[in-house]
Amino acid sequence: MNIGLASIVANLLLNLSLLTLLIFVAFAMLRSRHLFAVVMLSGIYSLLSAAFLVALDAVDVAFTEAAVGAGISTVLMLAGMLLTARREKPVTPKRAPIAFAVVAVVGALLVYATIDMPAFGDPDSPANSTIGKEYVERTPKEIAIPNVVTATLASYRGFDTLGETMVIFTAGVAVILLLGVGSVRGGRDVKDAPETRGENDARKGGA
Amino acid sequence: MEHLILRVITKMFFAPIILFALYVQFHGDYGAGGGFQAGVIFAVAFILYALCFGLDATKKVLPQGVLIVCMVIGLMFYAGTGVATMLLGGNLLSYDQIDPDSTHHAGQHWGIFLVELGVGIAVASTMLTIFYHFAGREPEIDDEDW
Repeated sequence: MNIGLASIVANLLLNLSLLTLLIFVAFAMLRSRHLFAVVMLSGIYSLLSAAFLVALDAVDVAFTEAAVGAGISTVLMLAGMLLTARREKPVTPKRAPIAFAVVAVVGALLVYATIDMPAFGDPDSPANSTIGKEYVERTPKEIAIPNVVTATLASYRGFDTLGETMVIFTAGVAVILLLGVGSVRGGRDVKDAPETRGENDARKGGA
Repeated sequence: MEHLILRVITKMFFAPIILFALYVQFHGDYGAGGGFQAGVIFAVAFILYALCFGLDATKKVLPQGVLIVCMVIGLMFYAGTGVATMLLGGNLLSYDQIDPDSTHHAGQHWGIFLVELGVGIAVASTMLTIFYHFAGREPEIDDEDW
């Protein structure tokens, strides 16, 4: 067995195990009614996707996924979970043949669509041959920094990134408007109404 | 004192996390990462502190009023860089105008540095703002919830 074949087999095994773990974690999240476990599993899911993105050589995306998906989102979900009950209400599973048929057909169509997708790393694929190739070729001459991702995000697509920053800013403003009562300088404490508070405690006790 | 190990470890890790955030921020031109990731890591250091020492102790270091100002400053840093290049005679965000005579595109380096700094400040303060507002609705995390 030569080195090329060995590395292909190693890559295949790594990708297969990561994707299998992703599927298992997703099903565990579906099955669990314990919200704390679901939040932790979603963090694990993000970390696994980050590992998979590293295997695909997309380190910048993996970095973001690890920091935002596994870090911030988990903490925010945890903080959100503290405001509600610890357990999801048990639901009796009902048969919904139309919904199942729609899901099955859409899933089959998506699988069918992947057949037409270019192979991973194909140099002739649209992502690698048109504007992406142009950025990779022009960055050393026009921007002169080693990281093409940064050059694309901050310089070639600087206007898009300005829009993204505005989206984040808007999200922060929206959270302040929805959850922050009072002035920005301290303000008064937010307290739930007494009756809802008692209900919450009763649910906690029952959990 | 409760959660002594957690508190000691948090104090130990706080400074290295901030240092790593600054590394990611200013090394984005050369390696993975950039302003967005750096801002998130910076916010995570304070969130970790808030989880162990409480929200009130964290708000003494970084009050909500400061964060709101930082959100605006970050966005204005980015937009301001773009407007500055316009005032220098180029298009919006055409960084070459910052140093047009440079032979190694120093203007691009400066422009990317400035906008990434703006993104970092905006993201860090926004993430902390969102966390403050979610966590501020529950006074303390109960021991049984850990």
